Amino acid sequence: MSRVLRSVVLVMALVLFALPFVMLLRTALSGGWSVFADLFTDSDVPFARSLVNSSLVAVAQTVGQVVLCSLAGYGLARVPYRHAGKVLGVVVATLMVPTAVTFVPSFVVVSSLGWLSDFRGLIIPGLFSALNVFLFRQYFLDFPGELEEAGRLDGLSRWGVFWRIVAPNSAPFLAAIAVISFIGSWNQLLWPLIIAQDSSTWTVQVALSSLLTDQNPKVALLFAGAAVSIVPIVLVFVVLQRHLVRGVTETGLTG
Amino acid sequence: MTRRSALAFWLFVGPFAVGLLLFTVVPIGWSAYLSFFDARNTVTPSEFVGLANYIDTLTDRAFLDSLGTFTVFAALVVPTTVLLSLGLALLVDKVRVARAFVRSVFFLPFACSYVVASLVWKMSLFSGLDSGVANTVLGWFGGDPQAWIGTVDPPLYWVVLTTARLWLQLGFFMILFLAALQRIPRHLYEAAAVDGATPGWQTFRHVTLPGLRGALVAVVALNLINAYQAFDEFYNILGDARGYPPFARPPLVYLYYTSLGSGGQDLGRGSAGAVVLALVIALATLLSGRLFRRRA
Repeated sequence: MSRVLRSVVLVMALVLFALPFVMLLRTALSGGWSVFADLFTDSDVPFARSLVNSSLVAVAQTVGQVVLCSLAGYGLARVPYRHAGKVLGVVVATLMVPTAVTFVPSFVVVSSLGWLSDFRGLIIPGLFSALNVFLFRQYFLDFPGELEEAGRLDGLSRWGVFWRIVAPNSAPFLAAIAVISFIGSWNQLLWPLIIAQDSSTWTVQVALSSLLTDQNPKVALLFAGAAVSIVPIVLVFVVLQRHLVRGVTETGLTG
Repeated sequence: MTRRSALAFWLFVGPFAVGLLLFTVVPIGWSAYLSFFDARNTVTPSEFVGLANYIDTLTDRAFLDSLGTFTVFAALVVPTTVLLSLGLALLVDKVRVARAFVRSVFFLPFACSYVVASLVWKMSLFSGLDSGVANTVLGWFGGDPQAWIGTVDPPLYWVVLTTARLWLQLGFFMILFLAALQRIPRHLYEAAAVDGATPGWQTFRHVTLPGLRGALVAVVALNLINAYQAFDEFYNILGDARGYPPFARPPLVYLYYTSLGSGGQDLGRGSAGAVVLALVIALATLLSGRLFRRRA
């Protein structure tokens, strides 16, 4: 392809990709800047509340997932144990089972725990990502053993070695998994849709979705809400893009 | 020593293992159990119904339609995603100025939610109004405005659903391809040039494409898995205050409406549906494994 043709195609593609963002802002602003204030004062829409709920859920899930899954991945990779192979087998087996299969059963468990419309139900079941454990295990398999040895010689226990030496030296990888977890958690719809039945526990995606499928949606308000809902994610994206790209390429299973 | 090692292992793996057991392993078992019971609006049923839920599911026209909907969706999304994300990667790979910026523009939609994309696609880009973006563009070329979403004849909603997903995920797959492109050793290109391959198609065909084989398999597999689990854009683009139309229900939307939707909860039926979907995946995995092994 000639250089000119390539540039033309590239510019057209850039315009097409930017267009939805432009339309999002344009439609939101068609109601004037005051729609952004209406978002937080209109009592029909629990929008401010849903933003707080989403922040809570996304932060708790990100921290919880990174801690639980990195610990488990490290244990599977570096702590010798007779039955480690079997445990890894179970983790890999659940990895193959998609949401289509687990969401009804998980709903059954959460509802019998009495966790419907409850933050425990929104946050806790999503913490145990077999995929993240698997990725952490793969990463820790290649962690330089000399660093661990040095820690052991300094009298640290395995637990101490993990927190004082392994985790700090794995910060870029931890950050990569954290960014992907945060984006996934902030954007999820199906799980909060079935669990958060009371509007006081709605996440921002559930709030937007219910406005969107409502009778006579207030269009400008809805678009303003959507624009506000992507602000945290865009911030995380811009600040941590390097880690995100790294995470996608290292975890993209393309080896 | 072994005992201390076992203790250390469970100290690390234990908390996760308990959660996995409670929120994945137990639910799957419980669901398999429920699938043999009449479990309407209850999770502790008493009436054993044998295979009735399975027979209901397998003879339910809507269930079979959901597998058909998935097939159509996958046939539309997978080839377009592979071609376009590879095309973008090749394009971006050659960019010399503002490369990080260009990459970000393509990658940023990946961070957006399906709900936000559905909103923009449904009410702005493909709104049935004459002022919708797609209808405006059609107007420039003398075309008539289309309803896009509210009609099955022609089923233009596929255009809406497919383009929304492409916008959201192309950047992600582009990044995968970019990484794979950069792993192809430079000397292979030099060797190809020495052997008389012309830059362009010949080099692409004999050096680039073989180097991308792993990435291609991964992109197709991830795409198929994602398409099987499609829910968000269908639910938000096609659903409205009157409910969800009877057509274009992929498996997850079907399950949502049979087992948890507004028509009352039938968890026995939902569980049987989930088990059947799991078996379909297991079968597909097995078959594709066979196929790949024979090729290799």
